[in-house]
Amino acid sequence: MASEKGIEFHHVSFCLPDGRALISDLTLDIARGETLVLLGRSGSGKTTTMKLINRLIDPTAGEVRVDGKSTLDWDPIQLRRRIGYVIQEVGLFPHLNVEENIGVVPRLEGWDPDRIRDRARSLLVTVGLDPDRFAARFPAQLSGGQRQRVGVARALAADPPVILLDEPFGALDPITRRDIQQEFRLLQERLKKTMVFVTHDVREALLLANRIGLVKEGKMVLLGPPADLLHSNDPEARAFAACVLDEESPGSPR
Amino acid sequence: MSLIEFLLHNRHEVVELALEHLFLVAVSTGIAILIGVPLGILLTRRPGLSKPILGFANIMQTVPSLALFGFLIPLNLYLFHVKILGGIGARTAIVALVLYALLPIIRNTFTGINGVDPAIREAGRGMGMTDRQLLLQVELPLSLGVILAGVRVATVICVGTATIAAAIDAGGLGRYIFRGLRMNDNVLILAGALPAALIALTADLILGYAERAILVGGAIKQRFKKIIWASAVVAAVLAIGGAMVFYSGKTGERIAVGSKDFTEQVILGELLAQAIEAKTGLPVERRFDLGGSLAHEALVAGEIDTYVEYTGTALLAILKGRPSNDRREVYSQVKSEYANRFKADWMEPLGFNNTFAILVRGDDAARLGLKTVSDVAKVSPQWRAGFGQDFMSRADGYPGFAKAYGLKFQEIREMDLSLTYRALAEHQVDLIAGNSTDGLISRYGFVQLEDDRRYFPPYDAVPVVRQSTLDKHPALRGILADLRGILTVDEMRKLNYSVDGEKRAVKDVVREFLAQKGFTP
Repeated sequence: MASEKGIEFHHVSFCLPDGRALISDLTLDIARGETLVLLGRSGSGKTTTMKLINRLIDPTAGEVRVDGKSTLDWDPIQLRRRIGYVIQEVGLFPHLNVEENIGVVPRLEGWDPDRIRDRARSLLVTVGLDPDRFAARFPAQLSGGQRQRVGVARALAADPPVILLDEPFGALDPITRRDIQQEFRLLQERLKKTMVFVTHDVREALLLANRIGLVKEGKMVLLGPPADLLHSNDPEARAFAACVLDEESPGSPR
Repeated sequence: MSLIEFLLHNRHEVVELALEHLFLVAVSTGIAILIGVPLGILLTRRPGLSKPILGFANIMQTVPSLALFGFLIPLNLYLFHVKILGGIGARTAIVALVLYALLPIIRNTFTGINGVDPAIREAGRGMGMTDRQLLLQVELPLSLGVILAGVRVATVICVGTATIAAAIDAGGLGRYIFRGLRMNDNVLILAGALPAALIALTADLILGYAERAILVGGAIKQRFKKIIWASAVVAAVLAIGGAMVFYSGKTGERIAVGSKDFTEQVILGELLAQAIEAKTGLPVERRFDLGGSLAHEALVAGEIDTYVEYTGTALLAILKGRPSNDRREVYSQVKSEYANRFKADWMEPLGFNNTFAILVRGDDAARLGLKTVSDVAKVSPQWRAGFGQDFMSRADGYPGFAKAYGLKFQEIREMDLSLTYRALAEHQVDLIAGNSTDGLISRYGFVQLEDDRRYFPPYDAVPVVRQSTLDKHPALRGILADLRGILTVDEMRKLNYSVDGEKRAVKDVVREFLAQKGFTP
């Protein structure tokens, strides 16, 4: 039956064919409507963890469950269509315009063209872009921030219960990033989706997370509400916390 | 005659040959796309196959086209009773052209798809696209530019290679080029080469324009999708339709007369054709200008019913027998071996002996008092000789010849036979081995040195006919027997000169000659 747990990791490991472990023995529950931020340095295993959810890779040990069902029992195509996906560098299709990019999954799902069009336009409004100005543009004609917004709109298009975001705002300048983070936070409260958000930016994690999972070398070293990160004695947590405290020290422009 | 005059005067034929050429190119490129693109896609899905398949396509590219044609002709491959491979004509040419066009198309499809940004591919997969949807909606549209570039290269290769297809009677502008080479006629060569080059340039420009027009940032513009699909369908229909036209072609009751690819042979082929038409009323199909030993192979394969062969050539080049100087013995030997081995009958000799003629310039002959080949021995170390590829390689050719007369040349230049006459006239070489019946001998005032040691075997011209054809049309035997002794060497030289020197049409020359001999219906 529908559990309160949207996504479950049960002793999950993922090893490369050469035996190197990218994820070791990860156990974790993500509740419906929760935003879990996976925080960690580059190469810590955050993105790998995320790809296990939409079965871009399969665990080499343990089990990942989505809606109580092991991902291995899901048809990968059906599974992925229930999961919105926003990746680094967005991955917008360069040969499709904004409206067509947003409409990709609804089209795969066989929606009626008018409905796709309406959906795309309303989503553009949701992410703060004027449909009349942007619907017909190609990705190459957008700024970085605009592309990210379209990327988010595309992930929302078929109204999936789960959304995975892999450093979606990583490539933006700090000012645009702050704006888009604030808007994203409002969007999050409105949509109540289950979200897994990967980032290496502590401030972003603190701003957006219900809970933060701190990942180091394939292991979850800390899992809890944002405040835990700032008060933990774990060396990795202190290293990340120090970044925030440094920035907020007296005399900074803020 | 200038090139422009020639093109204007023969515009109908030029257009017809250009259309034949275009058709060969379009059908071959179309089939190559239909095979190459799916194969390229397969390689992206099964990378293990890429080495053997790309390796094969690479090797095909390096095979010289005439060699490939020669290899394909004896093959007889049937699919549902339709002959798909083998023989002479457009069918074999298309198979060869497709093999040449495959590499750039497969390679560009493969690299184009593999070149799609992995982030974009992963976005597609992560959004729940199936492999097929990913291919059709993302990978192919994004790699279309690279694939089109491959098609462009393939098309240009086809336009060039199709000129050589004339050697196996596939038509196209190569006819002019081969005819021009044979007749030593630059205008004719250009009349074939120039339109072919124009076709290649135009195709390149149009496809290049298409590439730029439909692509934006390396990807296809949405509104061109339908056009792409439409043109893909048109290409497929054209390729399959064109292939069917060729593959269903059947000779039926026609007599197919062949010839090798030099003027005398075309005249003799036309002579047989007109004689058969005049006496039997059977429709005759002319399949002239077959290069190398293709005429023989076409006869054996049943693509042609008859052509004129030379006794010495048959003995040495085809039967690989030992040289002999006895005309009667050579004739009876080839006659019996052909009957056994090839199920083909030698008719009566036409009368003349087209042997190798060792030629020097008239002034040299007079100045040095040269009459026989033996006389050359004392000057040969200071001389350059020009020989055709054929003469250099055959059993009764250069090695034995040089040995028999003790000749050593300062330099030997191997070139196309038809170019040796001009080379001699222009003092680029001092001695050549031509054909005794060549009309150019008298035109250039060359002197033929006597083969005083009787080195060269006899080359009596004789019609050879398939036995099955004679069984079906017994009257042919009598008609061809009537041609016995119809031509002396001198008459043959005159006919050759009428065509090569006076640029008269073969049909007219032969018609007049037959009428003059009283050979009328």
